Amino acid sequence: MENKVIITVVGKDTVGIIARICTYLADSGVNVLDITQTIVKGYFNMMMIVDINAASKSFGDLQTDLEKLGDEIGVQVKAQKEEIFEKMHRL
Amino acid sequence: MVNIKEVIETNKMVEEQTLDVRTITIGISLLECIDADLKLLNEKIYHRITTVAKDLDKVAKEIERDYGIPIVNRRISVTPIALVGGAACKTPEDFVGIAHTLDKAAEAVGANLIGGYSALVSKGMTTADEMLIRSIPQALCETSRVCSSVNLASTKTGINMDAVRLMGDILLQVADRSKDRDSVDCMKLVVFCNAPDDNPFMAGAFHGVTEADAIINVGVSGPGVVKKALEQVRGESFEVLCETIKKTAFKVTRVGQLVAQEASKRLGIPFGIIDLSLAPTPAIGDSVADILCEIGLEYAGAPGTTAALAMLNDQVKKGGVMASSYVGGLSGAFIPVSEDQGMINSVEAGAITLEKLEAMTCVCSVGLDMIAIPGDTPATTISGMIADEMALGMVNQKTTAARLIPVIGKGVGDTVEFGGLFGYAPIMPVNKFSCADFINREGRIPAPIHSFKN
Repeated sequence: MENKVIITVVGKDTVGIIARICTYLADSGVNVLDITQTIVKGYFNMMMIVDINAASKSFGDLQTDLEKLGDEIGVQVKAQKEEIFEKMHRL
Repeated sequence: MVNIKEVIETNKMVEEQTLDVRTITIGISLLECIDADLKLLNEKIYHRITTVAKDLDKVAKEIERDYGIPIVNRRISVTPIALVGGAACKTPEDFVGIAHTLDKAAEAVGANLIGGYSALVSKGMTTADEMLIRSIPQALCETSRVCSSVNLASTKTGINMDAVRLMGDILLQVADRSKDRDSVDCMKLVVFCNAPDDNPFMAGAFHGVTEADAIINVGVSGPGVVKKALEQVRGESFEVLCETIKKTAFKVTRVGQLVAQEASKRLGIPFGIIDLSLAPTPAIGDSVADILCEIGLEYAGAPGTTAALAMLNDQVKKGGVMASSYVGGLSGAFIPVSEDQGMINSVEAGAITLEKLEAMTCVCSVGLDMIAIPGDTPATTISGMIADEMALGMVNQKTTAARLIPVIGKGVGDTVEFGGLFGYAPIMPVNKFSCADFINREGRIPAPIHSFKN
């Protein structure tokens, strides 16, 4: 069964954001299902839908690691379980 | 699958529009703790609360982390203590002892507040009810997390005017005991007509006798989200306005529903209800009054305010009931003065009066909420204000309440600071004319007839 998590990245666009996050996810056994990106008011916005079912780390650890990685790159990275978005926007 | 627009919208609601889950409240029945031995009763109460709610804080934190949604308060409501303590308590001081037990139990499990230091006296007071009411000033003064409520009236029974008269006195005693802190303890005391059994919001939460052993009730919020959504439809028709409020209320309530289901699953306690109330805080943009202004009023309190509030409240309910099958509690728009910056602005501009606030309570839930009044207001006048509010609830078959704060030593023109989520409040003028002869009559006002509606 899939265990979907939404990762969002918001910040100033710079080289290698997706590469670094994807490298981390690959190393942690997280499967990327979908990536979308857009620019809102000059800010880089990326959303990834990932499956953490086979992840080698707990959801809490993934969240903390991604936040730290975001700090290093200079962007805000958040990981949230998908249900909050599904519930809010789907009947 | 969700798309990036939806994800950005949800996260903006949390990050910029102060969307949060205001409270997860565990309702706990204390009926099984009843004992004629006071010491044993206190031990059982402490044990029961700290067992049922032991994971409350932990689970709330997990849910916050998983979904990225703040859960502002963790609370507990218990069976009205006048019922639980009736067999054991021989004096008001005995009841105060139970208040201390509740306070300690709430602290032990990390609950911000615990409600249910309550009596239900809409028709008559038992000896225990009266002792509990007389113990309220000491109980609230000596504890920090205990909240108290008294149900004084109902549509089916009428208004217990003896209890209304008593509460005017009690409120002044509570104010006097905390006079060195701007009579702040009055915030923890509310009186009701038609009090709901499943309200998750304080100070009025208690676990009614119609409820199961334990239950999870969740209060959502989101005035900021509604305000932001309405900014996009300025000048549009009422149809567009209503549709926008409904859709927004739906989204906000669905978050509450998710949190309630998760909390219920993780705590192993059945889900009770979602309370749909729009609950403001003093944070900028988190105001019900600002929504009224966005709808088209210069200030809340201007002519048209009651109509605008009636529409807002109704649309919030219509959107909310679609989002959750179990809606309960107060479910409406809260219009406190001190907790809502927009409302404070209205008072300071002279746009709103107590009488207009009273009219507004006819069409929204709660009632006269968090209103600071001069400390020299006579007890009979306070009772008169309470009686008016009770009458509105009784006749209109709705919940109404009064949470008034007579600030000892201060008068109109002064301001009181309550701190944190409770904000500050300018003291509002109260009608100077006496109702003492009316309040001093004994007995009760009979239940109203429900035919010949006019």
